[in-house]
Amino acid sequence: MIVYGVALLAFCMLFGMVTGDLLGIALGVKANVGGVGIAMLLLILLTNLSPQKFSLKPLTESGIGFWSAMYIPIVVAMAAKQNVIAAVSSGWLAVIAGVVAVVVSFALIPLLSSIGEKSEPLPKEDE
Amino acid sequence: MLVLEVLEKVLTKNGIITAFLFVGIVVWFSYWLSAKLTRGRLHGSAVAIALGLILAYVGGSVTGGSKGIADIAIFSGVAVLGGAMFRDFAIVATAFGADLQTIKKAGLVGGISIILGVVVSFVVGALIALAFGYDDAISMTTIGAGAATYIVGPVTGTALGAGSDVIALSVAAGLVKSVLVMIGTPIVAPFIGLNNPKSAMIFGGLMGTTSGVAGGLAATDPRLVPYGAMTATFYTGVGCLLAPSLLYFIVRALFS
Repeated sequence: MIVYGVALLAFCMLFGMVTGDLLGIALGVKANVGGVGIAMLLLILLTNLSPQKFSLKPLTESGIGFWSAMYIPIVVAMAAKQNVIAAVSSGWLAVIAGVVAVVVSFALIPLLSSIGEKSEPLPKEDE
Repeated sequence: MLVLEVLEKVLTKNGIITAFLFVGIVVWFSYWLSAKLTRGRLHGSAVAIALGLILAYVGGSVTGGSKGIADIAIFSGVAVLGGAMFRDFAIVATAFGADLQTIKKAGLVGGISIILGVVVSFVVGALIALAFGYDDAISMTTIGAGAATYIVGPVTGTALGAGSDVIALSVAAGLVKSVLVMIGTPIVAPFIGLNNPKSAMIFGGLMGTTSGVAGGLAATDPRLVPYGAMTATFYTGVGCLLAPSLLYFIVRALFS
């Protein structure tokens, strides 16, 4: 049943959110600490369990796959609701602070990537 | 006129459904543009996200509101579809099929990148605030926190009792960062080796803006999204932890 996949996804997200909020309270922070990350790890762990313990039927998987495929459309909606006006017309201080923070962070990526084992590029995609 | 009135009423009343249609048309048009104008060199999703931002600008300038195109009544559902709830749900779904071994291997350097990302953005923001004459520790800390993300900024500013103008600046700095990451990532990706899960995790940790990372990676290669999002979602929490405490104390010790 497709709804089993959707429900599993919902369970993972809510579990992550609750854990993230509790983590925030424990650390004395007014924010959710890594809720989505925890939810993702839970989903990965569940789907990586040995097939004897836990396995998903293809139809159940498609309940998760649908939301994964809706990802880009949702990001487009997210972009369309940003406060772009405020970002563009916010004065030089905000613009320069934002731009420099991004440029410096970009520059650090190759540096940090050289730490530890190398990771192979993903194979080319046929579209 | 009656037809238009009914149309407006139906579109507004069924907001999320209208948003599905809206987003579908934007994505379709963007892939068409990508194929016709750039022969697919600029990925369709990159075009779609850029178009989304342009529409947000148009919406904001027409209505004067803060939610982009969603401030126009018939597009109000776009705010729901593009809100944190659906965004996070879809991000979690992308983790399905991600490689656990890769995450384990890159876990440590991913963790380092989060802390380094918060500190680097914070220092940059605080120094630029200083250069613009905001030389008190609270303002420097708040604007520095805003350069981390537009959530860390106001959380920190509120905790320290910063003025509302400074908090507004911190939000704006975070917004600039988020928009720039969305647009800039697919362009700079080839030059910084952003083509594998490990560098995507580092990227998420360094940038930290969940919407920027989500949009930027989606436009670069959607298969990288789960890795970048994984680290990015810890960033705001770490930022809210460090900025109003340790980082503030350091700024106060150095500049007052």
